[in-house]
Amino acid sequence: MDHTPPPFFKRGPAPLVRLFFFASLSLALLVIDARFRYVEGLRGWLALAAYPLQRAATAPIDLLMGIGSYFSLQANLLEENQRLRERALANAQDAQRYQAAQAEAAELRRLIGAGEKLPVQAMPAEVLYLGRDPYSHRLFIDRGAVQGVKPGSPVADETGVVGQITRVHPLVSEVTLLTNPDQAIPVQVVRNGLRAVAFGGGNAGTLELRYMPANAEVHPGDRLVTSGIDGIYPAGLAVASVMSVERDEEHSFAKVICRPTAGVDRGRYVLILSSETVRPPRPDEAQVSKERRGDKSRRSRAKEKQADDSQ
Amino acid sequence: MTPSSPQILLPVRVSTIIASFALALLLNFLPWRDLRLIPDFVALVLAFWCVRQPRLVGLGVGWTLGLLSDAGNGVLLGQHALAYSLLAFLAVWLSRRILWFGPMLQSLHIALILLAAQAAVVIVRLAAGDAFPGWPIFLAPLLGALLWPVATWLLLRPQRRQAHEQAI
Repeated sequence: MDHTPPPFFKRGPAPLVRLFFFASLSLALLVIDARFRYVEGLRGWLALAAYPLQRAATAPIDLLMGIGSYFSLQANLLEENQRLRERALANAQDAQRYQAAQAEAAELRRLIGAGEKLPVQAMPAEVLYLGRDPYSHRLFIDRGAVQGVKPGSPVADETGVVGQITRVHPLVSEVTLLTNPDQAIPVQVVRNGLRAVAFGGGNAGTLELRYMPANAEVHPGDRLVTSGIDGIYPAGLAVASVMSVERDEEHSFAKVICRPTAGVDRGRYVLILSSETVRPPRPDEAQVSKERRGDKSRRSRAKEKQADDSQ
Repeated sequence: MTPSSPQILLPVRVSTIIASFALALLLNFLPWRDLRLIPDFVALVLAFWCVRQPRLVGLGVGWTLGLLSDAGNGVLLGQHALAYSLLAFLAVWLSRRILWFGPMLQSLHIALILLAAQAAVVIVRLAAGDAFPGWPIFLAPLLGALLWPVATWLLLRPQRRQAHEQAI
């Protein structure tokens, strides 16, 4: 004689048991994801499953914008056309000067024997949505591995650097914004060429230059551009402008707060840059010591310095 | 059947549940301006179905939805899964009690459940090494609880009978 309940009372394990089961499953996943990154494949599949919903979420906005532009007045269009034509004229002049300057720079680089800079390829992408977590400072764009996006590529808009691609799914990619506290970008002060590393400032939407000595030559209003010595970001992209410099005598470092130039939290379209620069492999220790013993030409010293800086 | 509903409802269709979850995920994926003040629609809908249909929707569904949310938002895998499992457990556990109350008192219960889920997310983030995000993050669950009567009205619509069917 068995004491099992009749089948219509069977409801599976008790809720508390199930809670323990699912909670421990979640915790295991959390640990695996945070420590070992074994579950990227699973994440890719889940992201693919969520993709139609993501597209559907942005579709009504596209539709509304489409309708809005359909009904925009002719006067507005004419005005916009005029403005764009003026800007194109100004840009054309700049472009001509840029070409001349680029040719001159290439000539000079050849003269001093530095490697030639390759042109930067840009792929336009549309911002799908921001991360649900307001503290993760991520956004999602509609280009993925299928379109040839590679992790690590810098992302910019028309005014400056926005962030960097940190994860590539088949159809979408994740961009970590400059304001993410874990994101660092090597910069240079335009006025005097001083190199620094800018870190994200979190929710304030600012950047911070850390480890700047208290007597560093930085003033409010200075413009910061990418220095290009890291081999990831192309040189000369606008990053931020300095808002305030606090020099406290108790600390040996100055507190430099900057505002990003690009609309890091605005805008719908971005450019994915892929700069495949050919740079010499980083010299390993043995080679460096050998070079130190031998004659020290100006070039090898410059190369060494570059390698040290980019570390 | 349930004390707070004056009329007898039609049996729920699984397609309604699936459609409501898809809609909630879609609302979560919308590009909102300030995400701190936007309630988590998936959590709200999950709580609703766990309270109304604890035999159909429970921890398994919550866990799966949590995984989808995690992957879609690019956060640590398992963070929302843990929070939604906890939420589903609390909602299933309290479901009989909650349905005895009127809409406002139900909202109070839901506020507590949503707060617990949000607290789980915050604790996971803190354990993963992030800084404390600030108290405004706990406003979103309260706003979500305010939406509870609206959600009830909307999600029960497919189960209501037409007026002429009721008058016998």
